[in-house]
Amino acid sequence: MRLEVILPIFIPLIAGTLSVVVWRSTFYQRWIAVLGTAALLASGLWLLSAVRAEGHVVMQMGNWQAPFGITIVADTLSAVMAVLTGLMGLVVAIYSLGSIPASHERFGYYPLMHLLLAGVAGSFLTGDLFNLYVWFEVMLLASFALLTLGGERAQMEGAIKYVTLNLFSSAIFLSSIGLMYGMVGTLNMADIADKLSEVEHTGMVNVLAVMFMVAFGIKAAAFPLFFWLPASYHTPRVAVSALFAGLLTKVGIYALYRMFTLIFNGDVAYTHTILLWSAGFTMVTGVLGAAAQFEFRRILAFHSVSQIGYMILGLALYTPLALIGGLFYVIHHSLVKTCLFLISGLVYRLTGTYELKELGEVYRHRPGIAILFLIAALSLAGIPPLSGFFAKFIIVRAGLEIGAYTLTGIALAVGLLTLFSMIKIWAEVFWKAAPEGMDMERLKAPVNDSHGRFMLTGIGILIAGILLLGFWGQPVIELFEVMAEQLMNPEGYIEAVLGGEQ
Amino acid sequence: MELLYSITLGILTACGVYLLLRARTFSVILGLTLLSHAVNLFLFSMGRLRTDSPALIGVVSEHADPLPQALVLTAIVIGFAMTAFTVVLALKAAVELRNDHVDGENPDEDRP
Repeated sequence: MRLEVILPIFIPLIAGTLSVVVWRSTFYQRWIAVLGTAALLASGLWLLSAVRAEGHVVMQMGNWQAPFGITIVADTLSAVMAVLTGLMGLVVAIYSLGSIPASHERFGYYPLMHLLLAGVAGSFLTGDLFNLYVWFEVMLLASFALLTLGGERAQMEGAIKYVTLNLFSSAIFLSSIGLMYGMVGTLNMADIADKLSEVEHTGMVNVLAVMFMVAFGIKAAAFPLFFWLPASYHTPRVAVSALFAGLLTKVGIYALYRMFTLIFNGDVAYTHTILLWSAGFTMVTGVLGAAAQFEFRRILAFHSVSQIGYMILGLALYTPLALIGGLFYVIHHSLVKTCLFLISGLVYRLTGTYELKELGEVYRHRPGIAILFLIAALSLAGIPPLSGFFAKFIIVRAGLEIGAYTLTGIALAVGLLTLFSMIKIWAEVFWKAAPEGMDMERLKAPVNDSHGRFMLTGIGILIAGILLLGFWGQPVIELFEVMAEQLMNPEGYIEAVLGGEQ
Repeated sequence: MELLYSITLGILTACGVYLLLRARTFSVILGLTLLSHAVNLFLFSMGRLRTDSPALIGVVSEHADPLPQALVLTAIVIGFAMTAFTVVLALKAAVELRNDHVDGENPDEDRP
């Protein structure tokens, strides 16, 4: 039994259950939130060190032999994503202590957060296609409830779109699983990869690949299936938005990376070309959508769409360097986008609005917050030496190496437009003179309460992460080289999972 | 049997998609339900349709594949939970927004 690979799923489930047990006491729930997510981060790090030592950590549930039972398996990609889950969970939990109103806490905010993390971690670690569907649904149901917690008008409207489109994507996912089972007679991902090469009807394999692409594309918010994201991500509490932007869309990206390196790697010229153009359009539409917006969180939500394009671009170029770039982008974007959302929440707390037109002069009264925003925003736009620069640089270089000049050009142009958007926020929120009618009292008053400190701690951890990724990226890149190597050669994964029966 | 089965699936899916494209929450929920029924039936058929062969090894010479049946049961339960949530959400939205349009506002009412 390999405890380290199951703990990242087990810990949030237990923490969620415990939080329900102490339903009446928000005091204990808050402690469990922080301790549970910290334990999740620790178990993720344990898993990562085990994976670095051995390559793959495999656990067959109930000790059933590989293709028959459910396999929980971690390669470097899964382990890194597990660490990311823990980190995001911890940061959002700390931030939530200071920002979630008591009315939300009483209605199960913390248990839902734990269940969401359990669903995310389960999706990252499972080696079974149907099990992946189950974890998706665990995660979705928790996210539905978190999205509608509070029950405001805008939330309802956004939630209906979010719920409908995600359920529709689940239906497509489920029928693809059915087709896959009908074709190869197995649901174990490694076993599918092994058997799919023997399938005679290659046209059907491509149909399946596109069906999976659509299902995961909706979850990841890729073009042309992203409309639910800008409609819903700005409506819940900012801690929830941050968790969604940092983790939920990454699950779709992870599933795409897993499926299109492990299973659908036979007809790369067909499948990855579709991904390539989808990536291009995702980048452009997202950033243009953001340019038209004048609400802090809406701009960030549209940029999430645009940045998803870069991650898919890394997968679509399908060289080791491109995979390194794409996955580095996943980590970088999680940190930065979560951080920007959290800062928007802090600004809201000080000023009471998210509308850019009603904001101003924050820099004069709160230079510290302005600097934090600037670091995260410049990193998102890709200014050296911050993390975003290296993420973009690796992808662009990978694109130039294989001669994908059009899409590399698009990627660079979108980077420029991202900078434009970030400067817009900077100029409107932090720099321009305060518009008439803006409540300056709260902005000028000193903040010494514990709420503000919790929020700043969360943001501080993320900023430290962004700076570390930028200034001390070498060990991370080296780790990602191992990861890309494993993804490009899925034989190791297949052998590790199925090894028991030989 | 196969023909009847596939026609049923086709009709369910077509009705589901049609209702899903309507702009009222109630029809959208019905559409999602029909669609998930279609998907469940489809999943079931992937174990191949056959009669006279229960999923028992040793008792009958030819046995059916039990795995799709287990998958369908799981999918039905999950689908039920999701439908229940969606119905509650739609009810709450109808109360909050005072109409049942998926965009939260009725385009016809805005016209003078």
